[in-house]
Amino acid sequence: MPVEEKEVGEVDEFSVLLVDDEREFLETLIKRLQKRKLKVRGVTSGEEALKILKEMSPDVVVLDVRMEGMDGIQTLREIKKASPLVEVIMLTGHANLEVAVEGMELGAFDYLMKPMDIDELLYKLEDAYKRKTIQEQKIKHLEEGRELEGV
Amino acid sequence: MMKRRMYANLQRRIIFITLLVSFIPLISLGVTIYYQFAQMYRDKIEEQIKYRARAQSNAIELFLKERTAILLAMADTHTFDYLVDEGNLERVFQIMNHRAGGFIDLGLIDSSGRHVAYVGPYNLLGRDYSSQPWFDEVESKGLYISDVFMGYRRIPHFIIAVQRQENNRRWILRATIDSDVFEGLIRAAQVGKTGDAFIINKGGFYQTHLRFDGEILSKSNLDPTVFGEGTTVLEKVNREGKKELYAGSWLKKHSWLLVISQDVSEEMTRLFKTKRIEIVIIVSGCLLIILTTIFTTHLIVRRLGMADRKMNELNVQLVHADKLAALGKMAAGVAHEINNPLAVIAEKTGWMEDLLIEEEFQKSRHLEEYRKSLRKIEEHVERARKVTHGMLGFARRMEPHLEDVDINEVLHETITFLESYARLNNITIERDLKPDLPIIASDHAQLQQVFLNLITNAIDAIGKDGLVYISSQRINSEIAVSVKDNGPGIPREYQARAFEPFFTTKERGKGTGLGLSVSYNIVQNMGGTITLESEEGKGTTFTVGLPVVVPEKK
Repeated sequence: MPVEEKEVGEVDEFSVLLVDDEREFLETLIKRLQKRKLKVRGVTSGEEALKILKEMSPDVVVLDVRMEGMDGIQTLREIKKASPLVEVIMLTGHANLEVAVEGMELGAFDYLMKPMDIDELLYKLEDAYKRKTIQEQKIKHLEEGRELEGV
Repeated sequence: MMKRRMYANLQRRIIFITLLVSFIPLISLGVTIYYQFAQMYRDKIEEQIKYRARAQSNAIELFLKERTAILLAMADTHTFDYLVDEGNLERVFQIMNHRAGGFIDLGLIDSSGRHVAYVGPYNLLGRDYSSQPWFDEVESKGLYISDVFMGYRRIPHFIIAVQRQENNRRWILRATIDSDVFEGLIRAAQVGKTGDAFIINKGGFYQTHLRFDGEILSKSNLDPTVFGEGTTVLEKVNREGKKELYAGSWLKKHSWLLVISQDVSEEMTRLFKTKRIEIVIIVSGCLLIILTTIFTTHLIVRRLGMADRKMNELNVQLVHADKLAALGKMAAGVAHEINNPLAVIAEKTGWMEDLLIEEEFQKSRHLEEYRKSLRKIEEHVERARKVTHGMLGFARRMEPHLEDVDINEVLHETITFLESYARLNNITIERDLKPDLPIIASDHAQLQQVFLNLITNAIDAIGKDGLVYISSQRINSEIAVSVKDNGPGIPREYQARAFEPFFTTKERGKGTGLGLSVSYNIVQNMGGTITLESEEGKGTTFTVGLPVVVPEKK
């Protein structure tokens, strides 16, 4: 591998699921994130996202708010129900900042306005991943504690 | 122009209708009351004159009856032989005058018509009356009251004669009535300055003296036959052209007519006075109505015009707000539709940049050209993004999140922020901020955005070398902040469009035309106003009016 490649993105490997019905956007973003050493998969609808969620168990989901069929808020609700620990970053391309705010209230980690800067997205992804690991560790501690008590 | 004509028309119509409905009843009421009153008044006058005529005729009838009765009594209680003695006749005459009065003389006439005894001021003894018409009358009826005549004595008088049958002898006792006493009785019925009372006989000849003109025994211009049974009242125009009322009452079994005359106008003076007063009242009432109507109508129409103008202004504002709302909706839609392609472009560009790092591209001669071009695309995507985000900002219904805001503090902050930019262009920012402004409940960040926009605009409008003057003060229930520049001003035709989104006078690429419309929206949502005042060559003043909303006590 060429040395230069390392400069593009230096992040811990974690898995990301992109959900966006704009196929061109989705494909390019996948390629760019993969180039930055992330495990990325992309789907074009909320329904698909829910299907793949179990099989892939991503660390972070990047979710477009406005999609055909199931919209972002609905999808977010389902994701949080199925895997509460997954962090979700909302992507909005339109006026409804309120929707983004509503998403935050439902447990989304943050939101970004399209078109966004790739670095900005990367920072948010990392932050989200960090929070997820912290949460997981906390839970692990709690469980260990309980096991000790139980013995 | 059309409006003015419409109002003039309306005013005329209101005045006309009001006058019509107030004049018609007023005038008809006046006329009706007057005629009813006049009728009543006339009836009353007629009633009065009729009553007087009847009363006076009764008095005269009684007078004659008394005289006749005493004469009859004298004839019945004395014999011819007794009365033929002038001393005895004188005694009887004195008793009669003592009992009843009003006799001038008394005479005894034998059956051949010769005056055989006489007491009185005239020398009538021995006269023969057998050829006189009254003699026959007495002969046939036994009692006779004559009309007024001249007789032997050559002065008008009338007589009462009674016949007596004594054994086989018939004789007549005759008395003359004192004209002065009789006429005095009639004069008692004369009333006022012009009223008259007189008697005419069946033939229409005066039997008494008249008050004004007309000789006794001359023919009157009254036709006695028009006077009916009892007492009759009629109206006649006399020789001088004046209306006169005549009341006639028959006497003496229809041989005499007592007439009482009266000048109508004299009696009606009070009625005419009443009429004059009524006319004055009605005319001044009409005048008052006219003046009031014109005044109130003028007032109403003026108020109407004012309300109309206000409504028009409001309409203009409403249309303006409506337009802005529609544009806002469209802007939001457009922004959304554009943001997605922009996102794709940005990703593609990013990907291309990512790929340029690969080894194969490093050797290309045009590597730098590619990289520059990609950066340019990114730059312009960023520019477009700013526009669309501005549009979203315009469309968004931002409920200001309330906090305690000191307007002067916001202004100071904003000015400090812009001062170096202004100094760079040799522009001075002057401030005149009144220190006693109340703290209001508002949104600090949004207000800052508004002021930032206005002051930046002012600086950009001036360009180089100039002055921006910022003032704040409290006006009633508002805080007014004005930003004034001495730049070139906004042409009149652009002023109305200044708050429309995408409207800008700045060079292409320098401004999005969203600043003022977003500011407008922000202030509008706060319940405030932004107005602009500008004159070409003299600069522009933007004034923000913010309602003083007192923060809740915590």
